[in-house]
Amino acid sequence: MRVALFVTCVNDALYPETGRAVVRLLERLGVEVDFPAAQTCCGQPQYNTGHRRAAEPLLRRTAAAFAGYDHVVAPSGSCVAMVRDGYPRMGDRARAEGRGDALAAAAAALVPRVRELTEFLVDVLGVTDVGAYYPHTVTYHPSCHGLRTLGLGDRPLRLLRAVRGLTLIELPGAEECCGFGGTFAVKNEAVSVAMGRDKVDHALATGADTLCGADNSCLMHLDGLIRRQDAPVRPLHLAEILAGTKADRRPPR
Amino acid sequence: MNTAYLGMPTFPRAAAGSVRDTRLRANLTHATHTIRDKRAAAVAEIDDWARLRQAGKDIKDRTLRHLDHYLLQTERAVTAAGGQVHWAADADEANRIVADLVRATGEREVVKVKSMATQEIGLNEALAAEGVAAYETDLAELIVQLGEDLPSHILVPAIHRNRGEIRDLFREAMGRWGRPAPDTLTDRPSDLAEAARLHLREKFLRAKVAVSGANFLVAETGTVVVVESEGNGRMCLTLPETLISVVGIEKVVPTWQDLEVFLQLLPRSSTAERMNPYTSMWAGVAEGDGPRAFHLVLLDNGRTATLADQVGRQALRCIRCSACLNVCPVYERAGGHAYGSPYPGPIGAILTPQLRGLQSDVDASLPYASSLCGACYEVCPVAIDIPEVLVHLRERVAEEAAGHRRERAGVRAATWLLDHPAAYAAALRAGARTRRLQPERLRLPGAAGSWSASRDLPRMPAASFRDWWRAHRARPRDARHGEGGPGAPPFREGGEAR
Repeated sequence: MRVALFVTCVNDALYPETGRAVVRLLERLGVEVDFPAAQTCCGQPQYNTGHRRAAEPLLRRTAAAFAGYDHVVAPSGSCVAMVRDGYPRMGDRARAEGRGDALAAAAAALVPRVRELTEFLVDVLGVTDVGAYYPHTVTYHPSCHGLRTLGLGDRPLRLLRAVRGLTLIELPGAEECCGFGGTFAVKNEAVSVAMGRDKVDHALATGADTLCGADNSCLMHLDGLIRRQDAPVRPLHLAEILAGTKADRRPPR
Repeated sequence: MNTAYLGMPTFPRAAAGSVRDTRLRANLTHATHTIRDKRAAAVAEIDDWARLRQAGKDIKDRTLRHLDHYLLQTERAVTAAGGQVHWAADADEANRIVADLVRATGEREVVKVKSMATQEIGLNEALAAEGVAAYETDLAELIVQLGEDLPSHILVPAIHRNRGEIRDLFREAMGRWGRPAPDTLTDRPSDLAEAARLHLREKFLRAKVAVSGANFLVAETGTVVVVESEGNGRMCLTLPETLISVVGIEKVVPTWQDLEVFLQLLPRSSTAERMNPYTSMWAGVAEGDGPRAFHLVLLDNGRTATLADQVGRQALRCIRCSACLNVCPVYERAGGHAYGSPYPGPIGAILTPQLRGLQSDVDASLPYASSLCGACYEVCPVAIDIPEVLVHLRERVAEEAAGHRRERAGVRAATWLLDHPAAYAAALRAGARTRRLQPERLRLPGAAGSWSASRDLPRMPAASFRDWWRAHRARPRDARHGEGGPGAPPFREGGEAR
């Protein structure tokens, strides 16, 4: 089984710890992971802001970088949603504009092999207990693209419930958007921040010490608000919780 | 274009104002959460909701593909039933047709059923300019009219007002329009409803002309269908001598059997009711019953242009249930007025700029009035993929609007960088090297400023993932045997925390 890590640009540039956690986790589960260095960004920021044609080179690049792998795993529901939803649409549009089938073919070749991390663990590897240890109280925010576009359902929660030492507390209004939304966070700053503050308030109301999510872009927005108000909750990517074991020299951050 | 909305600020500016209005926020949060929870329960009662939703989508799509055929069929049926059909290409033409029809009756006032189409064209203002007073009879529309306000929700136009505000408004303004509210009026819903009932009854009994919209038009019989909750609409449809219905051309459904699907989808999606309280249907005129004259004004006003857009046309499936507003986290914080249109919320963000065009700054800002969270698509009873249309319209804005020139240049530069991994890796390395110099809380210019005004900037790590991989992992597995967990030198873990 040839498995490639699709680390995503946000993780690559700002949250390398999440990518390292995915590598550690998958290797512990017996998966040999490769990182094709030709990957950069899936093109979602361009596409969702209205620059579809500017996203096309990144579709081609992403599809080429992951050619030949059985599975492509990403610790980001949002980027996987872009590949699964956005790429076929970009291919269809290129075809409709009389620019041939190449883009559609590149999308079609990639889409069935890309999995969000929890999909890969639960559906492909068939595990929910990954042998993790995290002695903290945790509340989970399901990001919109994972929740609604990918339909991840309770996969992340099943994985969290199997973590030793972890107390999972339900997040009020969990299914509401945190307000990140890519360029929405800057184009509609006021509404974005209002949504994010409500999400942080809900997380604080649980009393959990960790706010877990599976998309670092959403967590980046929430973390920006949390640090500004010195709120006592730590945003942490799900992969970093799942990667930690009792045998580690110290618990994951 | 509806003059009531002229001069509105763009969505981000309007929303920034309403976000600070704590009373508005509280009113909206309370109201939308109540309706959304009720709706979820009402929908969950039906086993075949997904199939009903698919049927609604399919019927609308098929009808829109053959809209010319069904509209002509409607015209023939309405005429055969004794009604008269008028075609209006835009708001001005529709307003002129209605004003001429009212003037021909010699009347100076009309009663109105709640109607989105007449709000869209600004009919009340157009009639006022002709010296004709238009009285809204829907309770929430009455509240909006008395307050010289604008509606802020498709189904609950006065959702931004609470009971205390409505009591004050009734006491202060009702007397200017007709029967005054009692001085002792309380904010109990039954008292408010009674005051409105007495006030409106005068209007119903006096008016000779009524203006309505319609929820559906059944092509096979030329039947107009109005779905409402208070019975005030039925008064308007029954008592006056002349009835003028202004209806968007997309409201047509081919048959009564098709209508059955929508009469199940609409009440549960909108008011969380299993069946609608007042569903009025009429075709033309009937001897000894209802209006003596019936006019149907078929309104285009941008709909044909919308139909020509293969992605955007799905907005015309909308049955105005407002479920998307009630689940939208952006609507909940921004309020309906921020959308600068009678159609607020997610559906407004895709419908308004298509009907009006993308030329104005307000309309060009609407496709961006969403975080693309997808909650609207999930609840839409006719499966309009609102996020898809938003992104599609953003593309049109990005290509057409002059204000996006700088953004286009920035995006092109970013794409070049992302399409050259060596340059990209170098940029990440430069970011890592200067991490100590990067502020977290300074007010930064441009887009970074929109981030940093209320949020700390993310901390740069000591090294990107790809540099870590290159240094530690891109070696044969044996060579890194025994390597510790994360954090092996030279990349210290400290300082990499979010």
